[in-house]
Amino acid sequence: MKKIRVRFTKHGAVRYIGHLDVMRYFQKCIRRAKVNVSYSAGYSPHQIMTFAAPLGVGLESEGEYMDIGVEDENPDCAAIKDALNEASVDGIRIKSVKVLPEDAGNAMASVYASSYEITFYDDKKDDCPGTEKVRELIERMNAMDHCVYHKETKKTSRDIDLKEFIYELKVSDSEDNPVINMTINSSSADSIKPGFVMEFMCGLDNIKLPVNALKITRLDMFTQDEEGNLKSLEEVGI
Amino acid sequence: MSSDNLFLSNDILMSVEKPERYIGHEVNSCIKDPDSVRVRFAMCFPDVYEIGMSHLGIQIIYDMLNSFDDVWCERVYSPWVDLDKVMREKNIPLFMLESQTPVKNADFLGITIQYEMCYTNILQVLDLSGIPLESGDRKEDDPIVIGGGPCTYNPEPIADFFDIFYIGEGETRYRELIDLYEKCKDEGCTRDEFLIKAASIPGLYVPRFYNVEYNEDGTLKSFTPAVEGVPAKVRKEVVKNLDDTYYPKKPVVPYIRCVQDRVVLEIMRGCIRGCRFCQAGELYRPVRERSVDKLLDTVYQMLDSTGYEEVSLSSLSSSDYTHLPELLDNLIEECNKRKVNITLPSLRIDAFSLDVMNKVEDIKKSSVTFAPEAGSQRLRNVINKGLTEEDILSGAGQAIQGGWTKFKFYFMLGHPFETDEDIEGIGDLANKVAAEFFEMVPKDKRTNGPISITVSTSFFVPKPFTAFQWAPQCTQDEFIRKAYVCRGGIANQLNQKRIHYNWHDADTSVIEALLARGDRKVSAVIKKVYEKGGIYDAWSDYYKHDRWVKAIEECGLSLDFYAFRERKDDELFPWDFIDIGVSKAFLLKEYKKAARGEITSNCRNKCSGCGAASFGAGICPGVVKSGN
Ligand code: SF4
Repeated sequence: MKKIRVRFTKHGAVRYIGHLDVMRYFQKCIRRAKVNVSYSAGYSPHQIMTFAAPLGVGLESEGEYMDIGVEDENPDCAAIKDALNEASVDGIRIKSVKVLPEDAGNAMASVYASSYEITFYDDKKDDCPGTEKVRELIERMNAMDHCVYHKETKKTSRDIDLKEFIYELKVSDSEDNPVINMTINSSSADSIKPGFVMEFMCGLDNIKLPVNALKITRLDMFTQDEEGNLKSLEEVGI
Repeated sequence: MSSDNLFLSNDILMSVEKPERYIGHEVNSCIKDPDSVRVRFAMCFPDVYEIGMSHLGIQIIYDMLNSFDDVWCERVYSPWVDLDKVMREKNIPLFMLESQTPVKNADFLGITIQYEMCYTNILQVLDLSGIPLESGDRKEDDPIVIGGGPCTYNPEPIADFFDIFYIGEGETRYRELIDLYEKCKDEGCTRDEFLIKAASIPGLYVPRFYNVEYNEDGTLKSFTPAVEGVPAKVRKEVVKNLDDTYYPKKPVVPYIRCVQDRVVLEIMRGCIRGCRFCQAGELYRPVRERSVDKLLDTVYQMLDSTGYEEVSLSSLSSSDYTHLPELLDNLIEECNKRKVNITLPSLRIDAFSLDVMNKVEDIKKSSVTFAPEAGSQRLRNVINKGLTEEDILSGAGQAIQGGWTKFKFYFMLGHPFETDEDIEGIGDLANKVAAEFFEMVPKDKRTNGPISITVSTSFFVPKPFTAFQWAPQCTQDEFIRKAYVCRGGIANQLNQKRIHYNWHDADTSVIEALLARGDRKVSAVIKKVYEKGGIYDAWSDYYKHDRWVKAIEECGLSLDFYAFRERKDDELFPWDFIDIGVSKAFLLKEYKKAARGEITSNCRNKCSGCGAASFGAGICPGVVKSGN
């Protein structure tokens, strides 16, 4: 069995499909594409597949990953990519297929950070800060030593220093609707979400964002190489 | 519409329980250019997406209509209660999944009606679509509302809500109906002119063109065409050769897990058995089989196009399919190669079926199912269930020896002519199976644990076009008493600890009886219940019995009349104008035989002359077999 890593996108209507259903979707897509996938042993064999960090419902993505086992000695990655694309819906496109080195960790275990692009939904942007405002807020955040965000869930409530989790935060020059880029830690269950950063940032100026204002696209996911640098999960493959 | 070609806004989609129900865009869903078609058809299953998407009949019609270049058929389901509320608050119309545009844009709204308890959801769908609930109130630009499916064999309780009913199998007359529609459009006909012409297409029934009169006692006096040229009788449509018709090779694959998360392969239509309580067994006569070659070709195409990991055979009684061994041999071999599971519902338990189950299931996890429907041999004869105690015990014995330990038994309580001894027989039978286990399997061999038997009972609902259409139904109190008798009968058994008993709800059963054998007066009840907020009555969480009881009372009707009353032999029934091939005389003879505990042989052993031979199809005598 060889492991291959598949990078795919999630756009448009399919962003409302939950993580478990994306997995079920690919089980069928792989069969339609007639990929020579490996199966587990046992009475009801299942496909050998692992997904990187789940994407929340409503978010889009340019950089989702799944690793699958295949029974080919030398997998024809270009052919697999084409076949999967042929068998897939418009909103889910395969960007790359690469063979994983024997010693590579699986997609789920190796995720360390994720990068996101965030804008405001058209029907909400009038009630959201403009580009200049966002630039000012980001500068303020970048100058702070600690950004303590109070996280409240049904069961727990705790304070998180967002600073420990943010690797990059910037806004690019765009006309009225700001385009914010951030790279944040996503190594474990208690990692932060892009929404926390946005909420904290706006809170600095007492701005309350309307519900569902954020249009979030995950751009990529990263692992950490030996030197501690972020490396795209795609680049792990060969 | 939002930028992603979705009808609902991001705010709404993020606020509802399962947004995937409303986004369309599934694999194999059919997208056409609206400008390239002449007829838009909205095909609706009036229940939640996961239920509606699991229905084969709708997939067949969807596939057929979309194979016509001039038609675009799209799907519509009932919005779940959370979205229903939002749509009412914000005045958002119901929409079709493929184009994500309002149902109101369609030329036809087809609704498949599979069970009585969905009637309030039909009104929900019409209402949310912005279509007047009653046919007579609809305007020229409203879609033509057409109903199909098993409940339309007594369409009268919902007659007011439909423009047309299609009686029978959908494959045969839609082309004709659409041609007529296009012609009428070209000629500038009015809605009524179109409907009058449609009424003369075989199988189509336009309820508005009939006069109904009642006797003083509330029974039907007469049922006659009110417009010239409209037929007095409507004969059901039947596909003569199932190999020579539509079958979806590329069914739509939902994103969310649906009730049927698999390829469904219908191997035959109809049933040879003739159980006297069973409506499907009469409605789908005569039995017609699909050929093995056609089935195998179809199923592999479906697996290729969907990627499903499982296939399920579907029919009323799969063991009666004559080429079952041949079909399964090939299917099991190929599915093993493809790592596809096979599920086999409705098999009679015998050496053959156990051997097959052993090949396709994990014995430790799977269970062996029997549906004797009645506890004593006497009562099984009354209902003409051709399953003897010997069959059951020998099947169970073989299963026990094969290593199975989980057994399920299904019974019905409240059959006509039932006595308490018959009910107590349920416990006896279950006990005998348990005793077989303890006798056959020594203590040290019980590696899969001891036997566990689940007994489930539902309550009998008399249905039109069955031998029991004349029969009175038990009241809820009587039903509950019977359930206690059954429970007591089980509790008296030596092995009672190994037998688990559960019974279904009695309240919905009597309402089902009202809706099943109702007349046009009952439509007022359905409307009232809907106006009181009733939807999703098929879901126990949303079913409110009080609402129905009040509505029945307010309409001046009674369950005594519709559910609990025995009909006279010569009573004119609201559904008598429909001709299903099986004659009323045959059914009455069956009712009388039931009273005497006499059985009728099945269609394969000996034709009983029910009348369905007039279709010239399937198993009936006089039918010339084609190749195959
Ligand atoms: S005509 Fe005879 S064989 Fe045909 S369905 Fe009726 S009883 Fe069965």
